[in-house]
Amino acid sequence: MERVPILKIGTTLFVSIQIDLQDESVVQLQEDLADELVATGARGVIIDITAVEIVDSFIGRMLAMIGSISRLFDAETVLVGMRPAVAITLTELGLSLRGVRTALNAEKGLELLNGSA
Amino acid sequence: MDVDSSQGRMAAYLRDHQDKVVGRWSELVVAGLRGRSSPAEVRRELEDLYSLVIRALSGADEQATGELRAALAELSRSRARNGFSPTETALAVFALKDAVYELVADTAELAPEYLVFSRTMDDLGLHTFETYAAAREEIIADQAEAMLELSTPVIRLWEGVIAVPLVGTLDSARTQLVMEKLLETLVATGADHAVLDITGVPTVDTEVAQHLLKTVSAARLLGAECIISGIRPQVAQTIVSLGIEFGDIATKATLADALAHALRRTGQRVEKAGPA
Repeated sequence: MERVPILKIGTTLFVSIQIDLQDESVVQLQEDLADELVATGARGVIIDITAVEIVDSFIGRMLAMIGSISRLFDAETVLVGMRPAVAITLTELGLSLRGVRTALNAEKGLELLNGSA
Repeated sequence: MDVDSSQGRMAAYLRDHQDKVVGRWSELVVAGLRGRSSPAEVRRELEDLYSLVIRALSGADEQATGELRAALAELSRSRARNGFSPTETALAVFALKDAVYELVADTAELAPEYLVFSRTMDDLGLHTFETYAAAREEIIADQAEAMLELSTPVIRLWEGVIAVPLVGTLDSARTQLVMEKLLETLVATGADHAVLDITGVPTVDTEVAQHLLKTVSAARLLGAECIISGIRPQVAQTIVSLGIEFGDIATKATLADALAHALRRTGQRVEKAGPA
């Protein structure tokens, strides 16, 4: 199983998913992120999914769950760089990721976090 | 009565009377087309067909029937594309029956041969007709696709604001296309506000509303906010009486209001220039 690295930049955790997402990797990412949030006390999480071409309902739900978990640590989650095809798939699956904020790219995501901080 | 041999005799008869039959045949066809093709052109077409008919009837070679059918299919396809009517297209085949009948009417001994020939021609006529209908359907499908493409422009209204004027009925296929184009443009331009203008949508029912909501939530996943504009008074009444909820999606009466809203949201202000 491949692990997704988590980078800390200032008070923001930056996660760029560059692999084909497997169910276990997402579960692992969720655990790692929770640990990291506790350890660093970060205020925001940016998850970059520019390179993700395929999502299913499980991964969609896990992304929403990551948002809810971060909120428990008073951190805002921004999902950035979603591809149109992925957005259409998630909508068709009925997942609108209500608890997660979204932005077009990492830069806008960072602006969103800094603006709300 | 042997069908093969009577076909053979008919083929021989047609070969002997080629000039007369083709002459009369093209006369009939030209008259039926009311001057839309030149007589010389028609005659050339029919001469090719005629020699194929003879080859098919004489049964000398296997491929002749297939070739004849292919030639007729080609003919009716081109007729369909050039806007000829079904009658005018079928005429090309049925006129041959008339032309031959006029010749054999006096010679009683060819009657059974003529019947067999007539049945073959009917078959070919039906084939022509079928190809004609298929070609027309192809044209209709092409046009529908072209219309779909034309009907979904995505316009850049302002820095960071794009608009999709929706015109016509919003069905699933259209929604899919609109959604794809909208999302692609959002990514390409980096816009974070999109205006869906439904001025040109004649009716808004629950299905259309569902499609709009889907588009909005897909755009939200990309991080863009949607505004629905162009809601006419009657449409507003329908929406309310159907109990459709647009939730926290901003709705505006006109495209101008929507643009003003988007500009406000992006922290921009348009004001009159001072005296020059």
